[in-house]
Amino acid sequence: MTTDNVNTSRRRFLIGATSAVGGAGAVGIAVPFVASWQPSAKAKAAGAPVKYNLSKVEPGAMVTVEWRGQPVYILRRTPEVLESIVASEELVSDPSSERPQQPEYAKNEYRSIKDEYLILVGVCTHLGCAPKFRPEPNTVTPDWKGGFFCPCHGSKFDLAGRVYKGVPAPANLVVPPHQYLSDTVVLIGEDGESA
Amino acid sequence: MKKILTGTLGWVDDRIPVVSTWEKHLSKYYAPKNFNFWYIFGVLSMLVLVNQLLTGIWLTMSYEPSAEGAFASVEYIMRDVEYGWLLRYMHSTGASAFFVVVYLHMFRAMLYGSYRKPRELVWLIGMAIYLALMAEGFMGYVLPWGQMSYWGAQVIVSLFGAIPVVGDALVEWIRGDFLISGITLNRFFSLHVIALPLVLVMLVFLHIVALHEVGSNNPDGIEIKKNKDANGIPRDGIPFHPYYTVHDIFGVAVFLFVFCTVIFFFPEMGGYFLEHANFEEANGLKTPAHIAPVWYFTPFYAMLRAVTSPFLGLDAKFWGLVVMGGAIAILFVLPWLDRSKVKSIRYKGWISKVMLVIFVISFVALGYLGAIASTPGRTVAAQIFTLLYFVYFLGMPIYTRMEKTKPVPERVTS
Repeated sequence: MTTDNVNTSRRRFLIGATSAVGGAGAVGIAVPFVASWQPSAKAKAAGAPVKYNLSKVEPGAMVTVEWRGQPVYILRRTPEVLESIVASEELVSDPSSERPQQPEYAKNEYRSIKDEYLILVGVCTHLGCAPKFRPEPNTVTPDWKGGFFCPCHGSKFDLAGRVYKGVPAPANLVVPPHQYLSDTVVLIGEDGESA
Repeated sequence: MKKILTGTLGWVDDRIPVVSTWEKHLSKYYAPKNFNFWYIFGVLSMLVLVNQLLTGIWLTMSYEPSAEGAFASVEYIMRDVEYGWLLRYMHSTGASAFFVVVYLHMFRAMLYGSYRKPRELVWLIGMAIYLALMAEGFMGYVLPWGQMSYWGAQVIVSLFGAIPVVGDALVEWIRGDFLISGITLNRFFSLHVIALPLVLVMLVFLHIVALHEVGSNNPDGIEIKKNKDANGIPRDGIPFHPYYTVHDIFGVAVFLFVFCTVIFFFPEMGGYFLEHANFEEANGLKTPAHIAPVWYFTPFYAMLRAVTSPFLGLDAKFWGLVVMGGAIAILFVLPWLDRSKVKSIRYKGWISKVMLVIFVISFVALGYLGAIASTPGRTVAAQIFTLLYFVYFLGMPIYTRMEKTKPVPERVTS
């Protein structure tokens, strides 16, 4: 092949233009492939809020409700439990819930709308295991005040879902958006009108 | 008859290079004559790959990739499909066998410096195979949709959440849902049976093409191509076929004895190949009391758990991911870390030998620690072994250069 009389600048321009157009095409065709991995409309719809009647929960007991396929813990706290939360102030790494792990209306001492009921997403903030409810004092460790213990990597949380210092989990358990429809019926997955 | 055969071969060979390919890769591929036991694992890896492809295709015929049906379909394969139990155990044992032979194959390269110039690309392509294999193993383990499948996927996918800023969105994108669900199972199935096998087969092809271009290394780390006879054939080389093909048949037979023993007598391997919790169907509301990955991931899992303190304002979780990723990434640059004048451990100095022993101990110890529940004491142990693992690699440019090496002979030793 002869290279005489070759307009190199035109050739370079054509190579550049072809590459640019081809590249744009490649990016364009990549969009549907990448986007199809996003949650589908069906998966999003399955995230509908769930209702729960709290009168079914005994004082001191915990029930697990499914919301978006995730476990949601509902704990009915006794006055002793509330005291233990105050007492664990020193042991937890984010006592006043500075990190946005809860809606504004649950950013308080007990991380709840009503002191009595704690509503938490039961997914460890470390790597997503479901922490176990261990209310009995002095069980997990000799000075255990009762709380949640993650079996996977040993993260500890108090009975307000606040993470202990020196455990793998970096943040408090998440309080899902929720609202009270009446005194005893809670709707999990949706903020209240006033919120 | 013979005339027809040679005639047909001639006709085909005029149109596609059969004879020259056969010669280049088998009958006239000259491999060093001093291969030892360690050189069987490449062939065994290919054998296991074929086993995985074949049994995998057959399992796909009866498996149902859905959250509702997956667990039951695996039980269906085990109980109702003719020889389904055998196909499944060949596949599940094959997965572990794949990692056994690949780890030994990689260790062989580390022993004899097979990653050194001019074989850097052979090593890099091999590392890509290792990565693809890890993805393949992880996704395959999710498919039976047992408790360990589910929670293993939950933990591993959540790891990506540790990446600052984009982490949470990335996790949601990988899962395709707000949790590990049937949607995740389906895409892992697709990747496991189509995408990754294609990538693996292609990479294995490139691995062999690259190897046959530069020629095989040997336990002495001598380039046999430097010493050729009048016909241009390496004096220390022998044709791969028939010498090594026949030689390898023996190794394959020994391997199959062990492989079949596991399949028929210990398919679960005491919970290391198939974990006990995986015989219970996935339940997204209840985590098993003890979760651990399958044995071939445990060294890296132990490193992940060993990182417990935040640093530079980023979570321990993020640094755990960095250490784990770094432990794998550092293997890629091994060809450039080793600055020794010699390739083989036979002629390296005592520091290299001691370091290699330390590396092996660390890797095995981490593998053990990653399989058992963590305690504060074990976490400290894991931290020490993680450190030693990295010292082996990061110290290599220094100790391989300063140590005194032994003289390398002109010809390979027998």
